[in-house]
Amino acid sequence: MTLIVPLIVLLLIGVFHLVSGIARPTTEAMTIGYVDELGGFQQYTSQGNITLVRYDISDDATDALIKGDISEYFVIPADYISTGVINRYTLEKQLAASPAVTAAISNFLTSNLLAGKVPAATIVRIETPPNLVTTRLTETGAVAPEQGGYGNLIIPFVFGILLALSIIVSSTYLLQGLGDEKENRLIEILLSSVSARQLLTGKVLGIGAAGLVQVAFWVISAPFLLSLASSSIGGLISTIQLPVSFVGLAVAYFILGYSLFAVISAAIGAISSGSREGQQLIGVFTIPLLIPLWFTSLLMFFPDNPAWIFFAIFPLSSPVEVIMRLGVSAIPAWQLAVSIGVLVLTIVGTLLLTTRIFRTYLLMYGKRPGIGEVMRSLRSG
Amino acid sequence: MQAVEVSHIVKSFADKVVVDDLSFSVGPGEIFGLIGPNGAGKTTTIRMMMDIIKPDSGDVTILGERLSESTKNKLGYLPEERGLYKKLRVLDSIIYLASLKGMDRHSAEEKANQLLSQTGMLPHKGKKIEELSRGMGQIIQFIVSVIHDPELVVLDEPFAGLDPVNVELLKRMLFDLKNQGKALILSTHQMNEIEQLCDRILMINHGQLVLYGNLVEIRSRYRSNSVLLEFEGEMGEVPGVAEKRTHKGYVELVLEGNTTPQRVLERLVSQRVVINRFEVATPPLNEIFLRVVGKAHE
Repeated sequence: MTLIVPLIVLLLIGVFHLVSGIARPTTEAMTIGYVDELGGFQQYTSQGNITLVRYDISDDATDALIKGDISEYFVIPADYISTGVINRYTLEKQLAASPAVTAAISNFLTSNLLAGKVPAATIVRIETPPNLVTTRLTETGAVAPEQGGYGNLIIPFVFGILLALSIIVSSTYLLQGLGDEKENRLIEILLSSVSARQLLTGKVLGIGAAGLVQVAFWVISAPFLLSLASSSIGGLISTIQLPVSFVGLAVAYFILGYSLFAVISAAIGAISSGSREGQQLIGVFTIPLLIPLWFTSLLMFFPDNPAWIFFAIFPLSSPVEVIMRLGVSAIPAWQLAVSIGVLVLTIVGTLLLTTRIFRTYLLMYGKRPGIGEVMRSLRSG
Repeated sequence: MQAVEVSHIVKSFADKVVVDDLSFSVGPGEIFGLIGPNGAGKTTTIRMMMDIIKPDSGDVTILGERLSESTKNKLGYLPEERGLYKKLRVLDSIIYLASLKGMDRHSAEEKANQLLSQTGMLPHKGKKIEELSRGMGQIIQFIVSVIHDPELVVLDEPFAGLDPVNVELLKRMLFDLKNQGKALILSTHQMNEIEQLCDRILMINHGQLVLYGNLVEIRSRYRSNSVLLEFEGEMGEVPGVAEKRTHKGYVELVLEGNTTPQRVLERLVSQRVVINRFEVATPPLNEIFLRVVGKAHE
């Protein structure tokens, strides 16, 4: 998993090059016929590689299409101005006209309609949509070091998914390990050598360290893969940037998120009779962690909705939510402080409860205790 | 200094008293039997001695020290519910579990090889645990419980699942440990093993002590006033014998209240009966167990 994720990214870059090499848009010249029932469409018949040939009537155009003189043709009806409908005829079964053909037809129509009415430069501007370049300023009016845009979003979103995956996988390992040791009846031998607290700490730290190495490897390999992807692919990929403070927060939220889920897993591992039952129970706790992933589009377009502020503070969802939200908007410092504070307090509280549960239920095989029984033993503790 | 000193320990689970004011001690160089019916509180008592669970009240001292993390390295434990990491190889399993007892890898490996050789398990050291038979796995677990040279070894049902050859092997190793001055606590339902191995016993029932002390003394305490006799020839009336019960190959003479076995022997000799066997009947531990536990059930 540690190596697989960066390798998959490398593979994707390779696949992109391969596919883009095969699927590069054709540069072959193409001839398209047209029938002008409205009149006035004589100019601009050369649109890039596409040449437009006029036919007087549809039958002529159909004959040319069948003979293969033209690859397709379209009819500009007399009522085109009022309806906007263009009828296109082709021998191919297609989902829709290719973007190149659509652009050629559209530009041909627009250019002819505007010819002589507006300057040529204006026609070109109308045909090409505006390029909206956004610059984020700081409160002093200077250009902000961290700019917005979709390029910002990709790394935090991908990382949010990986973080959720990593936390779930690591705590599942812990749960499975404990479950196996319970099923194998090894737990008693272990507890005769180390204390319940040592066993709990050892497991959380051991598996946590492995998870942290994994996350650190991803974080460190991200800039390298990013520069490789950006230089070789370009486009949107070249606009990808790591939000400022992202690396620090990613590692911090992994440590905190993992610790919380590890401690919860240990408690579940102690009370459940085997690893399978434990994995069913932990599912309930991982649902909040996945909420930001399920509602990604809502997070993208309404990042400052109060619901997202709640999920940034709620400890079971905050690790993934904060990381993903960093990509779409700036999170106020107070929210980060409260989020981390609540997470730390929850970890400490859960740890105290878990050490009580751990010792009591680790050696109980068979029936899983009910919530009431667990609460009673916590009180008598 | 006693190897184990258990003093007035009490443990309850969910309002049920499982161990109730239990006190006993085990000395070095002693094999001590812990017996009792199922659910009597034996395993809970052992777990408290191993510091796996804490008593609600009372104290346990091991080699004069209160239980702590450091004392755990002086304890060896073969639990009744036992298992090992199935996918791990034999030698790696032993070394890992020995490392939890504070042994370094080199000395753990050396000692593991020695014990594997002693138990005839050396050819299997590279096998995965799941490839071993149940009895073999049990031998490995026994090795794990003694590899770190503990001062006190607690063995819960150590003979269950072993073939007679391995039972004898294990017994020899237990006697070796006893001779090295180690204290051994044996918990088992197999009374004949207790009779062969143990010096003293503790019998508990419903978490309470019902019998505690020297095995010979306990058996004599429970002996019925009778002698077992194998003889040749005719035996007439023997004064002082209340009843004569004939069994296959021998006769049991139940003595009157004030008659001693010595007196009966003198009378038999005077009657010129050829005596092949004369034994003061002491009940087997099994019978004492049934009598004591049965009484508690009534």
